[in-house]
Amino acid sequence: MMNSKINHSMSLAKPDAHALSIKQRIAIALGITGLFILALALFNTNFPNKSLFLWLSLGLIFLGTILFANDAYLTKLEGIKNDAVWFKSISSRGTLGWITGIVLTGFYIVLYFYPQYLGLTSDGSSNTGIISLFDPLSYLLSGNPASQWFVYGTLYTVAILAFGYKFMLKYRHNRYQQLRTASVMFFQLGFAFLIPEFMARLNESPNYNLPYYDLKSIWPLNYYLFDSWSINGFLSSGTLGLTLLIFGVVSIFVISPFLTYKYGKRWYCSWVCGCGGLAETAGDPFRHLSSKKLSAWKIERWLIHTVLVFSVIMTTAVVYSFLGKDPNSYWLTQNVFLIGVGVLLSVIFAVVMLFKRDELGKDAKYGAIAYFITIAALIILYYTGTTEKVFLIKSGHLRSAYGLYIGSLFSGVIGTGFYPILGNRVWCRFGCPMAAILGFQQRMFSKFRITTNGGQCISCGNCSTYCEMGIDVRAYAQKGENIVRSSCVGCGICAAVCPRGVLKLENGSMEGRINSNEILLGNDVDLMELVNKR
Amino acid sequence: MEHIVIIGNGISGITAARHIRKLSDKKITVISAESHYFFSRTALMYIYMGHMKFEHTQPYENWFWKKNRIDLKLAYVKSIDTDNKVLHLNSKETLDYDKLIIATGSKPNKFGWPGQDLNGVMGMYHKQDLENLEQHAPNNKVCQHAVIVGGGLIGIELAEMLSSRDISVTFLVRESSFWNGVLPEGESQMINRHIKNHHIDLRLSSNLREIISDENGKVKSVVVDETGEEIRCDIVGLTAGVTPNIDFIKSSNIETDKGVLVNRYLETNIEHVYAIGDCAQQREAIGNRRPIEAVWYTGRMMGETIAQTLCGNRITYNPGHWFNSAKFFDIEYQTYGWVHSEKNKPDYENHFHWKHEDDTKCITIAYHRDSNAFLGINTFGIRMKHEVFDTWLSEKKNMDYVINNLTKANFDPEFYSRFENEILQSCNHEMQTN
Repeated sequence: MMNSKINHSMSLAKPDAHALSIKQRIAIALGITGLFILALALFNTNFPNKSLFLWLSLGLIFLGTILFANDAYLTKLEGIKNDAVWFKSISSRGTLGWITGIVLTGFYIVLYFYPQYLGLTSDGSSNTGIISLFDPLSYLLSGNPASQWFVYGTLYTVAILAFGYKFMLKYRHNRYQQLRTASVMFFQLGFAFLIPEFMARLNESPNYNLPYYDLKSIWPLNYYLFDSWSINGFLSSGTLGLTLLIFGVVSIFVISPFLTYKYGKRWYCSWVCGCGGLAETAGDPFRHLSSKKLSAWKIERWLIHTVLVFSVIMTTAVVYSFLGKDPNSYWLTQNVFLIGVGVLLSVIFAVVMLFKRDELGKDAKYGAIAYFITIAALIILYYTGTTEKVFLIKSGHLRSAYGLYIGSLFSGVIGTGFYPILGNRVWCRFGCPMAAILGFQQRMFSKFRITTNGGQCISCGNCSTYCEMGIDVRAYAQKGENIVRSSCVGCGICAAVCPRGVLKLENGSMEGRINSNEILLGNDVDLMELVNKR
Repeated sequence: MEHIVIIGNGISGITAARHIRKLSDKKITVISAESHYFFSRTALMYIYMGHMKFEHTQPYENWFWKKNRIDLKLAYVKSIDTDNKVLHLNSKETLDYDKLIIATGSKPNKFGWPGQDLNGVMGMYHKQDLENLEQHAPNNKVCQHAVIVGGGLIGIELAEMLSSRDISVTFLVRESSFWNGVLPEGESQMINRHIKNHHIDLRLSSNLREIISDENGKVKSVVVDETGEEIRCDIVGLTAGVTPNIDFIKSSNIETDKGVLVNRYLETNIEHVYAIGDCAQQREAIGNRRPIEAVWYTGRMMGETIAQTLCGNRITYNPGHWFNSAKFFDIEYQTYGWVHSEKNKPDYENHFHWKHEDDTKCITIAYHRDSNAFLGINTFGIRMKHEVFDTWLSEKKNMDYVINNLTKANFDPEFYSRFENEILQSCNHEMQTN
C-alpha cells in the first residue's frame, strides 16, 4: 500500500533510496562535532582557549552545512529540489523530526526560564558553561561579557547565515528567492546582531544609555520598545537616542504602512524580519508541515487577532503607567495619550468600515468586536489606571504576562521549537501581532497580490503543500482567482514549485485586485461571460 | 428530484458535479472504482517523488462533498442498461439514474507486445498504477533498472519519478526525437539533451519487440526491436499514450468508436446519456482539435459545459483557443494557439525559433506564411500569460505585433532575467536574412 509507505518515516534508518551520500555524511559529522563542542561547554567543560573552541565550533557548523548543501544541490541540475521531502524522518514528522522538536523546545525553555543552566551567573561573578564560551566574541563586539541572549543571538545568526546559504543553492535558478534570502541574511547579521552590539559600545560613554535595539524590529513585534527602561534609555542618550526612538515610531506609522502598500507585507516578513529569516532558512525544510485545513485557518484568525488586541492594550497600559498627569510639566499626559490612542483606533475603524466593508464581508463583525473590546479596555483604563496600577493590577504584571505568554512561550518555545511538527511559521501565522497588522493592511490596502495564469492550473497541490502559512493556494489558483490573503508573507515558494507556471507575485493596481471566477479562461467565451457575470 | 449519476470522479466528472450543484438542487451521485475522493491525477507523480502525500493531491477536504450534497460511491460499473436507466455495479447492486454522465477517463495503451501483462509491467495513469510502482520499485536495490516504452508526457514523467529514487532508466522512444509528433524539431532536440543531462539512457527510434519473463512470471528484460538488444530490467513502464476507458460500455446501446461518440452538446446517441473528458469522442471536428482530447483542461471545460446543459441551458461544447502545459524534468512548457511539429505542419505555417544559450529556454512562434498572422506560441523555460495570448489570438494580431510586445506576456517571477530584446533581435536578424 502506498500510504503505509509514507508512514515509514517513523523509522530512523529508512531502507529506501534517498540515503545520504558519503560527502553528506561527513558534512553532518562535521556539523555535529561543532554542536558537540557547544554541548561540552553546556556541561561545563573548561576549554583552555575559549576563543579557539568557539570559532572551531561555529566554523564546523558553517563548514558542515556548506559542504552538505554543496553536495545536495550543486551535484544536480538547477530546479525544484523537493524529492523525498515526505520520506525523510526529519522533514515528515518522523522520529528525527520529533527528537529535533523536543530538543529545540527544551532549549527554548532553558533559555527563557532557566538561563543558569546555560552558565548565567546572577551574583556578578564571571559566566560559566556555554555562555562563558561566547564571552570572547561578546567582549570583541560590545566589550561586555556574554549573556544567554548573546549566545542565542549568535546561534540564531549562524543558523540564518548557514541555512541561508543552503537555501540559496536549493533555489539557485530563482533570483527572487536568492535576493530575498540575501536580504534576511544581511538584516540578521547587520541589524539584529552587529549594530546593537556596537551600540552597546557607545554606552561606555556616560552620555549614552541606549537600550538593546534591533532597528528593524518594529512594534508590536518589538513589544518592549515602549517599556519605561527602553524609553528612558533612548531619552537619556542624546540626539542619537531621540533619533532612534523617533525612527521606531516612524517605522510603525509611516515606513511600514508605506512599504506594505507598495509591496505587501513580504517586504518585512520574508525580506527583513528575523523571525521570518529563521523560518525561511533553517525552517525551510519544514514549510510543508503547516496545516491547510479550513479549521486551522479559523483558529489562526482568532488567535493572531487576539494577540494583537492583547498587545495593543498591554502597550497602551504600559505607556500610560509611566506618563504623568500634569499637562504643565509635559504635554503628553495619561489622558492625552489615552484619548490619542482611542481617536487613532476609531479613525482606522471608521475608514475601514466606510470604504472596505464589502471586502470584509462577515469579518466586519469580528473587526467590530475587536475594536469595541479595545475601546472598552481604554475606558476601563481611564477609570482604574494610576501610575502604579492599570486595570486594578500592577502594570508590570500585565507587561510580564505578555512577555511570558506571547514573547517567550508563543514566539520562542512554540514558534521555533515546534518547527518540525507544525511547520516553520507557527508564530508568524498564529501569533505575531506585527504580522496581524501588516496582514490587515495587505488585505485592505496594498498593491500586492499573487496572480494566477488563466486556465493553466492542474490542481496538483504543490503550491498549497509548500505554503508555510497554510494558505490553500490551489483553492484560488484552480478558480483563476488572485490570492489576496492577509497571512501571505510573499515568500514566493508557491510560484516556484508550481509545475505549470500558474502563480506570480505582483504589485499592481488596487483595482480588480480581488477577483473571482466560476469558469476559467480557455472555455467558450460566451459561457465564461454568462457564468462569471455576477 | 432528478438524479444525476456521474461515472468517474476525475476532473471532468467532478467539475460537472460541482457546477451542477451550483446551478441546481438535483441529486448527484459520483461513482468511482479508483478512489473515494477526487484527487489530481497529474499530481500522482509527486507522491512517488516524495513531494506530496496522497491527501495533498485532493483539492477539496473530505467534508466538502457531504456539505455540497454530492454523494460519492466507491464501486465499479459493470454495465449500463439504458432502456431501464439502470447501472449494474460489481457488487450486484443496481443504481437508477435520470441522467447519466460518462466521465471514465483513459487507460494506458497496450499494443499487443509479448509479455505486456507480466508482473512488473505497468502504465502510469491510475492510483493503482502508482501503488503497483511503489511495490515493484520502492528503491534502487529492489529495482536496479527500469525501461520505459513510449516517449510522451507520461513517459518523461515516469522517467523523472524513477530517477528521483536514483533508479537508472532506459527510455525507448519510437520517434527520431522526443515527442516530435507534437513539438517542432528545435524544442524536441533541446528536450532530448535535457533528458540525457538527467542521466536517462534515451534511445530514440527504438521500438519494443518483447518483454521477457523470469521463472516467476515477473519481467526480467526487454528486447529492442531495431537492434535485438536485450536490456535487463526490473520494471517496464508502458507509456505509449492512452485510450478511452470504456470497455464496460461496449455491451450497451451507447454508440462508441475509440471513445464514446458525442455530438457538440456532449450528448451520446441515447437520450439523457452524456460523455465528457478523456473518454468522449467528438463526432464532428472542433477546429484543429483532435476528436479525443485526453487533457486535464478540456476535461474541466467539458464538465463546465455539461453542467449548463443539464441545468436547463443547453449549449454546445465550444472551447476557446487551444492551450496546454507540461513540465519536462526541470523545464516548464506552455503552449497557446497552434504550433505544429514539422511532421504535422500545414503549408502555410511558418516558425520563428529562438533558443537561449543555456539550452533550457526556447520559444517557437507560429505565424501565417502569407498574412503574417500569429497562430500560436510554444514557450520552454519562460512563463507566459495565458490571457495575453488568448486575447492576441482572438484579435488576430500579426507576428510583428507579438514579437514587439512579448514583454506584456511575460509571467516569470520578479527579478528573473528577461529575454524579449534578445528574442526581438534574433527575429529581426532572421527576417532580414530571409
